[in-house]
Amino acid sequence: MSAAATGLPEGWGMVIGLEVHCELATETKLFCCCPNSFGDQPNANTCPTCLGLPGSLPVLNERAVELAMRVGRALACDVRRSVFARKNYFYPDQPKVYQVSQYDLPTNEHGHLDLPSGLRVGITRAHIEEDTGKLTHVGGGGRIHDASHSLVDYNRAGVPLVEIVSEADMRSSDQAREYVAELRSILLATGVSDAKMEEGSMRVDANVSVHREGEPWGTRCEIKNLNSLRSLGRAIDHEALRQIDLLDAGDTVRQETRHWDEASGRTGTLRVKEDADDYRYFPEPDLVPLEPSAEDIRRIDAALPVLPAARRAALAGAAGAPTIGAVAIAVERDLDTLALEAITAGADPARVLTHVEHNLAVEGAQRVSAAHLAALVQMETRGELTATQAKATLAEVVATGDDPAAIAKAKGYEAMGADALETLVDGVIAAHPGEWEQFRTGDDKAKGKLTGFFMGKVMQASKGQADGKAATALLRAKASA
Amino acid sequence: MSPVDTARSTAAAVRAGERSARSVVEAHLGAIGERDGELHAFNLVTADAALAHADEIDAQVAAGHDPGPLAGVPIAVKDNLCTAGVPTTCSSKILDGWRPPYDATVVQRLRAAGAVSVGKTNLDEFAMGSSTENSAFGPTRNPHDTSRVPGGSSGGSAAAVAAGFAPLALGSDTGGSIRQPAAFCGIVGAKPTYGAVSRYGLVAFASSLDQIGPFATDVADAALLLEVISGHDPLDSTSIPKPPLSLSSTLQQGVEGLRVGVVKELLDAEGIHPDVASRTRAALEALEGAGAKIEEVSVPAVIYGLSAYYLIAPAEASSNLARYDGVRYGLRVDAPTTGEMYDRTRTAGFGAEVERRIMLGTYALSAGYYDAYYGKAQKVRTLIIRDFEAAYERCDVLLSPTAPTTAFELGAKADPLAMYLNDVCTIPSNLAGHPAISVPFGSGDDGLPVGVQIMAPAMGEATMFRVAAALEGARA
Repeated sequence: MSAAATGLPEGWGMVIGLEVHCELATETKLFCCCPNSFGDQPNANTCPTCLGLPGSLPVLNERAVELAMRVGRALACDVRRSVFARKNYFYPDQPKVYQVSQYDLPTNEHGHLDLPSGLRVGITRAHIEEDTGKLTHVGGGGRIHDASHSLVDYNRAGVPLVEIVSEADMRSSDQAREYVAELRSILLATGVSDAKMEEGSMRVDANVSVHREGEPWGTRCEIKNLNSLRSLGRAIDHEALRQIDLLDAGDTVRQETRHWDEASGRTGTLRVKEDADDYRYFPEPDLVPLEPSAEDIRRIDAALPVLPAARRAALAGAAGAPTIGAVAIAVERDLDTLALEAITAGADPARVLTHVEHNLAVEGAQRVSAAHLAALVQMETRGELTATQAKATLAEVVATGDDPAAIAKAKGYEAMGADALETLVDGVIAAHPGEWEQFRTGDDKAKGKLTGFFMGKVMQASKGQADGKAATALLRAKASA
Repeated sequence: MSPVDTARSTAAAVRAGERSARSVVEAHLGAIGERDGELHAFNLVTADAALAHADEIDAQVAAGHDPGPLAGVPIAVKDNLCTAGVPTTCSSKILDGWRPPYDATVVQRLRAAGAVSVGKTNLDEFAMGSSTENSAFGPTRNPHDTSRVPGGSSGGSAAAVAAGFAPLALGSDTGGSIRQPAAFCGIVGAKPTYGAVSRYGLVAFASSLDQIGPFATDVADAALLLEVISGHDPLDSTSIPKPPLSLSSTLQQGVEGLRVGVVKELLDAEGIHPDVASRTRAALEALEGAGAKIEEVSVPAVIYGLSAYYLIAPAEASSNLARYDGVRYGLRVDAPTTGEMYDRTRTAGFGAEVERRIMLGTYALSAGYYDAYYGKAQKVRTLIIRDFEAAYERCDVLLSPTAPTTAFELGAKADPLAMYLNDVCTIPSNLAGHPAISVPFGSGDDGLPVGVQIMAPAMGEATMFRVAAALEGARA
């Protein structure tokens, strides 16, 4: 990875590992029958178990386990015998004052995620745990230490999570963003989570460290709770530069947990490693180990949808090589099947992907039939529609579901024949002899500049009916004649 | 001791309409009123609720309905079992004012069987102790000799049954907390197989060891109560998915041909009083006389049981008791910061023994010590299970003393280690998850009751109760 791609000063590199917490889309919580839902009255969704009342016991939600295993298989993990463990710490966000998680025996281990750019990021583990309650600190700086009092909402306590831990395989904030975006698309495609970063159903912690090229990696810092791709990218870049500044000044980087302040665009210390808790993990005696059978895993695999990477590969295979960005967008918008079918029906791949990328980023785009899209692109290829007309026609197809040929006819779009176009172009040239002379004798730069001028005139004269591409070709042919 | 009717005869009379539940409950409330000031078996007597419930039972009978196998039978419930709307204290100041919003599964099952709860019984705070002296509300005294302890931690329940306050009681047993007080009070007490009785609503001490079980004046009543409370409960993930135990029908089948082993390491254990050892040998002879085959067996790993237990139980307790932090319920001692509030609340709310075990357990689980302590203790547990399995290849049940001595005097065991040694014979069954029962078998030279323990493999309750019934029959 070159220094340029990281945005770091020459000679420096960064390494990033991510921990993503994702709420599972179950009806009920991980260990009780309370609804798993966001935005209700505080403490409405609670019971003795998720309030941790004395004598209450957890009963594992089988659906949550299934979804967690689905995440694991979608990330190519080994799904194995796992044991829940208690993570003990004193803080009021956990009503039991321990969190039930998994420790040395997680459900999913040793997977990977292939990104659209081709980078493969290792997945260390994806384990099941319960979410904590939500604290609101009143008065002071919004932290428990200086608050006058704190309010606690246990609706979120006991909501099932998977925590997906990556290997430190990313070398730039762009790669980290790409990883999170790809992970999110998998969580959505598999129906495991709604993965809404802004609502906190998907939260990212980033571990960042830097080095001078050729030297070992430095001490890492963890940035907690990044809740948008933008914050993730900014926080990582800021943190890497902060560490480089420290090292440049001869200081050392302390291992610590930091938070990202979106407003100031800076990270700040949450706690340093020295006072990190000893969580005293031990196996949760109130639950029995999970022992998925080979049959369970087969069933999970059989129910997995085709994943984004495979969908991208299929579309890219049909569309040809230089379309990676457009292909990724098509899959992201769930329009890859439409594109693939239109291409299979004989439509020009590049034009299909252009429409998907630029003209179908709209509500209802998924209702467009492949036959209609193929027909539209073919009309365009045959010169019966200009690019502008095709765009307008497609908008009508989305809105009405009508046949594109009928729409084009109703709008009065018709092909401007080659002869008519040539007559029109000749007329424009004749009317602007000075510009034509500059165009004809000018270099590429001048030609490029004047193309815009002539095309404007051609479109004006044709009232938008001319095919811009054909007209440009005609101009260039006449200039070199 | 006031002679009491058995639960069986009481339930039969109430079901037949020969006796009203109200009269039964009133008689027992009367006995409580007469003597519980002296004994302090109860933290709370729920007289009004008990009488109202008795009236409901009588109305059911009058309407031709059957209130169930424990119709109108008074029962005392250990005060670490949740009772909806009724204070549940664990004999600790830390739960001051807390009323559970729900009933423990066993409490629901008792009600469904027609039993009438008369109150909540005293215990060592959070069930941590062997004498019921560690109660924040003062000790319970042994009905046989009020200068003596009733044993613990379920001392209140044992004393209540021994004193005739109720024919039945529920206790919980983590390392002997039902069996040892049963032995000290001269009654029957059983710890079922781990998972045979739901723990839902039992305030946890050490989750992997805790089991709820019955106290009764005789083996058949204990069997009846265990039948009522056992059976799968979907609210407890460690509950065994099996129907309720069936014990009563095979109780009188005798021991002809059964193989009974006496555990050498427990009979010879340090601190076993000669009277207790001789009563245990007498029990063996009695069973042999009844047709059982007797042999001495070795279960070598049990000698490490006490050490393993005092790592595992405090470790789990340190986590289970973390929730008493003053934030949501129970005692809170205010302070300027959250951390200080935790400190002050827990310091004020927990007694010395609870504090000691929380500190032991916290240490045992700490980073760097886990493998040496908790990890190693779990390995001992595995060894004990293995050694028991070997013994059960040769024997159907195993026999040992229940406790090393008869009931000791209040204050006699101020040294925690001396107190811990009381559990040497009972702990192995908890570590293995196996059932065990204490049956009274005569008394020592001091005139105080001696209990003999019968142990069985997991889900071996039917055979275990058969042997217990035979021993009880041989006692007369």
